[in-house]
Amino acid sequence: MMARLLKWGDWLEERLGWRAAQELIEHKEVPVHRHTIWYYFGGMTLFLFAIQVCTGIMLLLYYRPSAETAFESVQFIMTEVQFGWLIRSIHSWAANLMIGAAFVHMFSALFLRSFRRPRELTWVTGAFLLFLSLCFGFSGYLLPWNKLAFFATKVGTDIAGVVPLVGPFMLRFLRGGDEVTGATLTRFFGFHVAILPAIATVFLSVHLYLVQKHGMSSPPFVDPDKAPKMKFIPDFLMRDLVGWLAAVTVLAVLAAIFPWELGEKADPFAPAPAGIKPEWYFVYMFQTLKYIPSKIFGMDGEILGIMSFGLLGLLLVITPFISSEPRRGRRGLLPIVGILVLVYIIVLSALAYRT
Amino acid sequence: MWQPLLLIILISPVQAQAAPKAAQSTCIRCHTDLGNPFDAPVKASAQDIHFQNGLSCNSCHGGDPTRDKPEEAMNPAKGFVRQPARKQVVTLCASCHSNPDYMRKYNPQARVDQYSEYLTSVHGKKLQTGDPNVAICIDCHGHHGILAAKNPNSSVYAPNVAATCGRCHSDPQRMKSYGIPTDQQELYTKSVHGEALMKNRDLAAPTCNSCHGNHGATPPGVDSVANVCGQCHVMQWDLFNQSPHRKAFEDRQLKGCVTCHQNHEVVQPSDAMLGAEDSATCPICHEKGSAGYAAAQEMKSAIVGLQGRLNSSSQLLEGAQRAGMEVSRPIYQLAEGRDRLVLARVQIHRFNPAMLKKTIMEGDSIAGASEQSGMQALADLAYRRKGLAVSAVILLCMIGLLLLKIRRLKSS
Repeated sequence: MMARLLKWGDWLEERLGWRAAQELIEHKEVPVHRHTIWYYFGGMTLFLFAIQVCTGIMLLLYYRPSAETAFESVQFIMTEVQFGWLIRSIHSWAANLMIGAAFVHMFSALFLRSFRRPRELTWVTGAFLLFLSLCFGFSGYLLPWNKLAFFATKVGTDIAGVVPLVGPFMLRFLRGGDEVTGATLTRFFGFHVAILPAIATVFLSVHLYLVQKHGMSSPPFVDPDKAPKMKFIPDFLMRDLVGWLAAVTVLAVLAAIFPWELGEKADPFAPAPAGIKPEWYFVYMFQTLKYIPSKIFGMDGEILGIMSFGLLGLLLVITPFISSEPRRGRRGLLPIVGILVLVYIIVLSALAYRT
Repeated sequence: MWQPLLLIILISPVQAQAAPKAAQSTCIRCHTDLGNPFDAPVKASAQDIHFQNGLSCNSCHGGDPTRDKPEEAMNPAKGFVRQPARKQVVTLCASCHSNPDYMRKYNPQARVDQYSEYLTSVHGKKLQTGDPNVAICIDCHGHHGILAAKNPNSSVYAPNVAATCGRCHSDPQRMKSYGIPTDQQELYTKSVHGEALMKNRDLAAPTCNSCHGNHGATPPGVDSVANVCGQCHVMQWDLFNQSPHRKAFEDRQLKGCVTCHQNHEVVQPSDAMLGAEDSATCPICHEKGSAGYAAAQEMKSAIVGLQGRLNSSSQLLEGAQRAGMEVSRPIYQLAEGRDRLVLARVQIHRFNPAMLKKTIMEGDSIAGASEQSGMQALADLAYRRKGLAVSAVILLCMIGLLLLKIRRLKSS
């Protein structure tokens, strides 16, 4: 048996040269220090993304993307398809956990200054992957075509519509018309299963290639030459596996005890339900727009708020190029800004859920 | 018969006079200058529908408002009437409101039969016999500052009608000579109709004029009560007409619907009204041991039974829904079962247990299917929990084994 496998391995080696990759992985090492735990969140995000892809493909077998059939098809998945409830609940819960893991990964990379030369592009592609995850969340939220999703999408696309110059175009582009209709649903389905995955595949490939090329970054306070290291395979991968199995356990508990609700079918003529909120990862922005006065220095407050978030996104992408090395013994401005942003997100989200 | 028409002809010149612009009117100028209380009609006229449509003081009072001197403006020779007599008021209003050609200018769909209806009303008949205490147009609509009936501030806007009628009909002194009760407004306010209209502002709910007529206000007779209720409660009326009660009520001079439901104090109907208990209306006529008594008991038991089964299915489904199970379809189907219960409650008015049985069976079948779905959902939930426990044990074992392997790798 082993001899036959080796023979197949030789056959593949002759054609693909795959042992070079094996060699590379075998020699890959991970620095060991008191912040090593944060390295696992990149792998965790990737694992949850893989779950999304697998469960998403399974849902595609039954989902029908039109205003007349979307809700009923999800209802069918939840009630009639064998383990359909489990697949849908895992897809929905894993999406939230993935975005949570991506945020942790991003903030840990920020605080550990992992974007330093030569890893600037690793950071930039990572930031774009985070934005793409949010787009996946926004487009996927509408697909069950229920009341909450319908009105959340209406509010969300309304916000996009007030962006100066491109707002009206963006609104029509996202909705496929002036209002949220079946055309919006079909369009969002296209974004969710074709356009976003295609873009994400490109960014993810580049991101993983760069991680492999430059290796794991050591924080500034750790000397990469003196710090102990562990082998990626099997030491780091085994610890990764523990985390992934723990994630699967959490997903199973969430799916079985708190199955993702379907709600009521969207009715464009019904009044908006009271207290509608977007998904938790957009709530702090939504709450900010609620607090912003209608006029600030003669400018429209809502437009100013949206522009500020746009600017924040841009600053996040170009962080490696605008952040200077702190002087020896100093922490620099970046951790303070990072903590302030984190506290702002947590406080605004808590305020939104409290009301 | 010709008397009213004669009055219209006599007064019609008043109506025919062109109304001068308010700014040119001597009436407006003088009454404004005279101050309180003489300016009250001027103040009220600001929102008056007649003024808004170009009519003015002289349209009703006559006179010549283009003359500067008061004695010329209010010259009886020019038709001036300071305060028309109550009997005259009705014909004065009718001079315009019963004239289709005139009213068409303002509203092509306006009714012009108010006067002829009024003459058939108890109010109109008594007025003709010389009773000045009965209601005339201005008692309900006001005189200066008359608002359109659809204006929420109008005294004849549906939710205000009971109070308007009650001004006279709740006054014991005024009603004493007529020998009629004075508690109608109080009873109506407490009724299901009064609550719907006055509390919930449901304009589809009836008020005094919906049953008694407005201009032709008359108490419905014994034979017409069901017809009046049947204008809205069509199915109940139809079933009652087919029921054995129709003839029995006629024979005993019982007033149809109101015999069980009351007239002004129509309470929210409930299942308690049906059956043989003290709260029910059936034993008032049907003695114990009679066929009617048994039928009432049978219908009550069928209705209460269906309601119980629907409630238990509903509780089961709600429990499954709270636990996160997707049961929106059986919950929707259960609503059809509730529709059957509503239909059964309507069909009671046929007073035929056999007819009720079919609807009850349909409702039972829906309740049974919903209960089955609820039990299946709870069974699925238990299965999921067991599955979760088994998979959690397997996953935790795998995690444990991996941790052991990691420890062994560390030590080696």
